[in-house]
Amino acid sequence: MNPVFRYLKSLLLIELLKGMALTGKYLVAPKYTVRYPEETIPKSNRFRGLHALRRYPNGEERCIACKLCEAVCPALAITIDSEQRADGSRRTTRYEIDLFKCIFCGFCEESCPVDSIVETHVHEYHFENRGENILSKQKLLALGDRFEAEIAAARQQDAAYR
Amino acid sequence: MDQMLSLFNTYTAQFPTIWMAIKIVLLPILPLIIAVAFYTLAERWVIGWMQVRRGPVYIGMGILQPFADTFKLLFKELLIPSKSNLFLFRLAPMLALIPAFSAWAVVPAGEGLVHSDVNAGLLYLLAMTSMGVYGIILAGWASNSKYAFLGAMRAAAQVISYEIAMGFALVGVLIAAGSLNLSEIVRAQSGNLGIGEWFMWPLLPLFVIYLISGVAETNRAPFDVAEGESEIVAGFHVEYSGSAFAIFFLAEYANMILVSFLVPLFFMGGWLSPCPESWGWIGKGGPHWLALKVGIIAFSFLWFRATFPRYRYDQIMRLGWKVFIPITIVWVMVTGVLVYTGALVPNA
Amino acid sequence: MTFEALLFYFFAAVMVAASLAVVTLRNPVHCALSLVLTFFTCACLWLLLRAEFLAIALVLVYVGAVMVLFLFVVMMLDIKTLPGREGFTSYLPAGLVVATVMLAELIGLMGARKLMQGGPVRDAATEQGLSNTEWLGRALFSDYILPFEIAAVILTVAIVAAVALTLRRRPNVRTQDPAQQAATRKQDRLRLVDLPHHDGSKQA
Repeated sequence: MNPVFRYLKSLLLIELLKGMALTGKYLVAPKYTVRYPEETIPKSNRFRGLHALRRYPNGEERCIACKLCEAVCPALAITIDSEQRADGSRRTTRYEIDLFKCIFCGFCEESCPVDSIVETHVHEYHFENRGENILSKQKLLALGDRFEAEIAAARQQDAAYR
Repeated sequence: MDQMLSLFNTYTAQFPTIWMAIKIVLLPILPLIIAVAFYTLAERWVIGWMQVRRGPVYIGMGILQPFADTFKLLFKELLIPSKSNLFLFRLAPMLALIPAFSAWAVVPAGEGLVHSDVNAGLLYLLAMTSMGVYGIILAGWASNSKYAFLGAMRAAAQVISYEIAMGFALVGVLIAAGSLNLSEIVRAQSGNLGIGEWFMWPLLPLFVIYLISGVAETNRAPFDVAEGESEIVAGFHVEYSGSAFAIFFLAEYANMILVSFLVPLFFMGGWLSPCPESWGWIGKGGPHWLALKVGIIAFSFLWFRATFPRYRYDQIMRLGWKVFIPITIVWVMVTGVLVYTGALVPNA
Repeated sequence: MTFEALLFYFFAAVMVAASLAVVTLRNPVHCALSLVLTFFTCACLWLLLRAEFLAIALVLVYVGAVMVLFLFVVMMLDIKTLPGREGFTSYLPAGLVVATVMLAELIGLMGARKLMQGGPVRDAATEQGLSNTEWLGRALFSDYILPFEIAAVILTVAIVAAVALTLRRRPNVRTQDPAQQAATRKQDRLRLVDLPHHDGSKQA
């Protein structure tokens, strides 16, 4: 480019006008921002959110205290104690997940032989006091009862790929 | 009613100063504050849209956002840094605001719609805008903070440098118009050609330079090194919070709106219509045309901010001193030749 | 007393107080700011005399530019407070002499004018029915064009001299040339090389 042409190009502010044309174009472009609390984007059925313990349709809890989830958990977030029940079956007496440690990798769900521990689609939760970060067995079962329909539907959708 | 009016007239005749004060509050100041409030909203919207975001949408669809911002700022605590110079720290915001408002005295909004139709209006404007730098310098120094001081130094050097380019650009306007009176300058741009009579065509380089210098003079992007947050946090008003910060904000935006008024007045025919006068009602000038032009310039301020990355400090100085001033001097001479040969006829 | 006289006394009082503050205040920044106030009230006084061009030029040049540079220097020096008024008494006699001489000169000038003209001073601008600014402009560019241009040349020479005196050529210092930087284009720095793939084939 010869110097005269270059001078003219910089004096006429051509490059600046080009930049303004670009931003001017985006002024009227459609906006993709999601207004989050009012609008949400669709979630995958494999979404890994808050944990839950499921039950069989007859009300019996699925967990057989095999401790596979405890073993596979990379963050050591799961603590399980077990005992034999009066009917001879093995059940957990304690099943706790520390949400501060949990990294939501989903290994517990993968390892569970009875589809007991699952991760739900819930990601909007908070704690107000120290100690609430630990999900006890009652809380996990309550979560499972509350979201059973959605959990079952998500597992149903994904069944063909497992 | 008539009685009241006559009473009012005698009262205002007796106390012209008070009447003037009421007029000043009613006309430039109140609308200006409201305009500044909605200009900040427009800024957030326009920049948001240009960055493919939505901007403020929540408080009253975003329209009430400036009020929320104002009340938030007014109710915040005023922090005063330790070892700061208390008197100057409090004086600085006012020194920034007063010139920003007082310059409006000579700015006409339409034919005869001006507070003070003085002959040396343009000089007065230059004098007032050059006073604004004191608020910045004092704020930076009185804060007793390195960042604030550096920001103040940058801002002051920048404002003084670009004032020269601005002044030279206005010399061209003066030669072309043959008057220092702002209304006269606008009238000098009237004629049968409409848009073709405006000074922006014969004085095109001066028009562009004045516009860019106006951006630099108000310390706006891309010339906002005075508050370059990546280097000096927020410049001269780092230490200001709450209502004191709001006053600096108000002064900055009032200055922006002032420049958006001055560019149309000097170069774009002020309140004159872009259509020839012979076209009937559409060729008639009026404040609505001025409002339209002011809107365009004010919008371009936001457009610049959304488009251009910040200049480096030495490049700003180079642009002002080595590029703008030589070009303006050359074009002032060209304008002189144009007037001398009769290609441009000043009305005086 | 008319409103104008009231304004005059107000501005005069402010000006005297501000100029006293310039020499008495301890903090140099306060002194410089008092000087700004002095200039500004002086401009107001000149406005009362309908010398609007001089008044605005004073604000524009001294308040808007010169005093800002003053403040720059004073702030950069970082003198928090000046020492007390040491040597005040030793400088007092000399100061008094200078002040008296100046006062005598002022009185002499004003008295001489009164004697010569025997009436209020005539204003050349109002006599010709022009505004102050316009008359000054016309006078400067017609009757006094030569002195005006000579003054301009002298000032330019002064600027050139100041630049030449302070310009140091430091050959060992590496600096950037913004003009060159701004003129850089992609082609100057970027070289696109067509490298063959690991299997020897050319890229598509």
